Parts: sequence; structure tokens; C-alpha cells
Amino acid sequence: MLTNDARIPRRWFSPDAEPPASFLRATSNSFWNLINLFLEWFGDLGLFVWQVMRMAVRRPFEGRELLRQLDEIGSKSLPVVALAGAAIGFVLSLESRSSLVRFGAKSMLPAALVYSIIHETGPIVTGLVVCGRVGAGIGAELGSMKVTEQIDAIEASGVNPYKFLAFTRIVACILMLPLLTLAADFCGVLFGWVAETMVEPVSFHRFVDQGFAGTSFSDFLAPTFRTTVFGLIIGTIGCFQGMSTKGGTAGVGLSATSSVVISSLFVILADVFLVKLILVFFS
Amino acid sequence: MMPPAEDVLLAPEESGVATVVGSSSERTDGPAVVLRGLHKSFGSQIVLNGIDLTVASGETLAVLGRSGTGKSVLLKLIIGLEKPDSGSILIHGQEMIGLSLDSMNEIRKQMGFLFQHAALYDSLTVEQNVAFPLQRHTRMNSSEQRTRVRELLASVGMESDLNKMPSDISGGMQKRVGLARALALKPAILLLDEPTAGLDPITSGEIDELILKLQEEHDTASIVVTHDLHSAKTVADRIALLHEGNVLLDGTFKELEKSDDKFVLEFLKRDS
Repeated sequence: MLTNDARIPRRWFSPDAEPPASFLRATSNSFWNLINLFLEWFGDLGLFVWQVMRMAVRRPFEGRELLRQLDEIGSKSLPVVALAGAAIGFVLSLESRSSLVRFGAKSMLPAALVYSIIHETGPIVTGLVVCGRVGAGIGAELGSMKVTEQIDAIEASGVNPYKFLAFTRIVACILMLPLLTLAADFCGVLFGWVAETMVEPVSFHRFVDQGFAGTSFSDFLAPTFRTTVFGLIIGTIGCFQGMSTKGGTAGVGLSATSSVVISSLFVILADVFLVKLILVFFS
Repeated sequence: MMPPAEDVLLAPEESGVATVVGSSSERTDGPAVVLRGLHKSFGSQIVLNGIDLTVASGETLAVLGRSGTGKSVLLKLIIGLEKPDSGSILIHGQEMIGLSLDSMNEIRKQMGFLFQHAALYDSLTVEQNVAFPLQRHTRMNSSEQRTRVRELLASVGMESDLNKMPSDISGGMQKRVGLARALALKPAILLLDEPTAGLDPITSGEIDELILKLQEEHDTASIVVTHDLHSAKTVADRIALLHEGNVLLDGTFKELEKSDDKFVLEFLKRDS
């Protein structure tokens, strides 16, 4: 019996199995469908960005809604971003200490901590925390507005939803991310000192002096302002996923999840790209 | 009990509403809405297959038909939320198809739209929902806006729920707030998607009275999509019965009742 031949995969000879040619065709079809979906998504995203940009230069500039979003995205994210920054600073200090002690470089701890927080940990942690809180929030809020026809109602009343809903949220994300990053940096350094002083008491003044000894203003500038790009990504993806929601409450859930997943992925990719760019132009 | 509809239908100078471009006071002569050869499909499903309808100023047209025959789609085409595959939509003589967004928004200000499920902004209170079009399209100060919002809400019996959130009120109450919002700019054309669905018979009757009053006082043209034959009979001057993407019957309610078409008979029998 052919099916007893151990060298030949049994499933190919099962009466229910597809013949190899059709299996390959099905695999290739699903692959192309996936590529098509991916390209379609990018195309739709491009059209969405174009609509938002086109509306951005026209009056009215939605100042009141922008202020509301600055509060919603900025002030209300501050506690969670500060907490994340503090936790990272604390852990980083404890972990780095044991490594630096092993190499006899304990005195380098403040500088290593500050450098690490300012250059990478602060911006990326802020980006990812805001992805989770704000990305999901925007995706779910706009998604639910879409399925309950609230976005249609805004449009029917002669107000452009791309400007009123999307532009204001994107701008608020862009403006707030650097400020939130500074808050995360501050809390990271502060709790790094707390962790250090729990093991070996040192004054905060001395810790900061040592930490910032080799750091210039330009060290702050590029990494902090790279988070504007994170803000652009989070706002754009959240609004796009939310405003293209289909399929009722299940669709709203999907929009919230996909906003977080896609924006987190893009923030990480953008971080890799921007770090390289910053190293080329600012080092 | 709602206050008399006259309270909310004051002349612009009395109510303090700044003139909105194209509001009922600025309407031009001629039919308010003209639809010609309107086609709309979703994928392979043909929803509207060459609709021709005219609604005169001050006239109320009730659009009837089975669920899924494109009644709500028809309203969305008129206000520009959907684009037709082909055909023409004239609002007070102005072609809607191919208009720039700014021009379309100017025309939209002439129209009030009540959505099937009210579509209130759930992050805003009842008062803020009704004030939204006033804030966007009039130069009223906040006290004038408040007065106008209170008048509108009183007209639909919701004056005591100003500070409630949409999630804290019933579906029927949301519908009434939605109607108040649709009336905020004194529209020349009112598009009502199932205005009495989910309302108790008394409130339904009051909403019908309000629509009739609007028609009398301001020559507002209304298109009412409904399944409620009693409401259609009360408010509508004409009935358009949609069937399989076409207008099966366009006439008065009496003509509808006299029709010997099998579908019309079936449609009327189900309601009786």
C-alpha cells in the first residue's frame, strides 16, 4: 500500500486531501490575498491621510476640540506614563547596579541610567504606553461613533469629521508625546535615584550632577522630539482604524485591538529607523 | 405633555437664530428635492434602480417599503452621506452630485436629519447635542444658544433632561432629542428616518403634530421614511412605496388604499 510508505507524507494520499497542485494553488492564492489586503490597507490609509491633510489647512481650525483632546490624550495619560517611567527607572537602576559593580564601574550608574532613559527607554516606553491607552481609546471611541452613525451625523450637520475628529486627535498626539516623554524621563531618573539610594544612600543633587555630567541639550532634543513621530503614528492609526470600523460591536473591539497592535508595531519600527537617523545626523 | 409646537417655530428674529445660509427663510421657489434616475448598488445587490421623485416646498412625502428596500439609503443619498452610482439629486435646483465638499456642506445646512437610532454624540450631554449645530453654524452667543436649545427641547418634551448623557435616557427619548437637534437650524428640508419607531403612541402622535406644524408654519419639505402607516397617513401629503428598487406607487394615501396591486394589498393588510 502506498499509504504505508513512510517516505511519502500520508496526507497526500488521503481521499479527503487536496491534490498537491491544488494545494499549492490554494497556498499561493492565500498568499496573494494577504498581499492584496496589505496593499489595500496601505492604499486606504494613504487616502485617509490625504483627506485629513486636505482638511487641515481649511477653516475652522477646531481649537476647542483640540484643547479637549490635548487634555484627553495628554493630561489623562500623564499618571500611567509617569508610573511606567518610574518603574523602568527603578528596575533599570537595580539591574544596572549589579552589572556595573561586577565590572568595577559602580560610579557610572547615574550617567548610564540617565543616558539610557533619555536616549531610548523614556521615548519608547512613553510611545508604547500611549499606544495602549490612547491608541485603543481612539480606535474604540471612533469605532463606536462609526457604527452608531455619530460620524454620519457630524457629516450630515455640515461638519467635516476628518478635521473635527481625526485632525484634532492626531495633532494632540503629536504635541503631547514629547511632553509625556519628558515626564517619563523625569520619573525614571527620580526613581532610579530612589532605587540607588535604597542600596547606597546618595543625595539627589549629586546623583543628578553625576548623571547629567556628560549630557548636553542636544542629547535631549533628538530623542525627545522623535516621539512626535510616534504621536503621528498613534493618532493616525487610531483614527484610521476607528473611522473605518465595520460590523457592529465586534468591529469596535477589532478596531481597538488593531489600533494598539498596528501602532505599537509601527512605533517600534519607526524607533529603529529614527535611532539610526539620529545617530547619522546628531552623533 | 409637550408644549405647543408654535413655541419652537418662532420666526428667526424672535428666536434669536442667526440666519443660516439656505435656512427655510432663504429658500428659493420650485421643488425642494428632485431625484432623477437614481441608481445605487452595494456590490452585486441593486438597492435603488432608477428612482424618480419630487418633493415640493412645504410638502411631506412618506417613503414606505419593506425592510432593506433602500429607504434609509435614499435619505443618505439626498444628504450626501452616500454617493449614487448614477442619477441626479437637485436640492432647491442645485445639483448635489459632483459638488465640492464646502458647497455640499452649505447645502447640508439647509437640511435636518433624524437618524434611525438618533445618533446622538455620546460624549456630549443632551443640551450640548442640540447646541452642536448652533455652535457650528450660527453666531449666537452662549445665552442665546441656551435659550434656543431649551425651546427646542421643550418642544419635544425633554426640557427637564438637559444635563443627562444620551446613555442615561431611553431610545424614545434619544429620538426626541435627535429631532430637536435636526430642527436646530430651522431647516428647509427635513429628512426623518423612522421618526416614530420606538416611541409610545402618545409621543408618536406629538411628533407627527410637530412635523405637521413645521410644514404649515415654515413650508418645510419633509421626507419621512417609516413603517408606521398611521403616522404616514397623518403627516404625509404623498406616499411613495418602494419595491424592488423602484417606486411602485407615488400618490396620496387614498390612492394607496385604492390600489389593487398585489404587493400594496399585502403591505396594507399586514398593518391592519
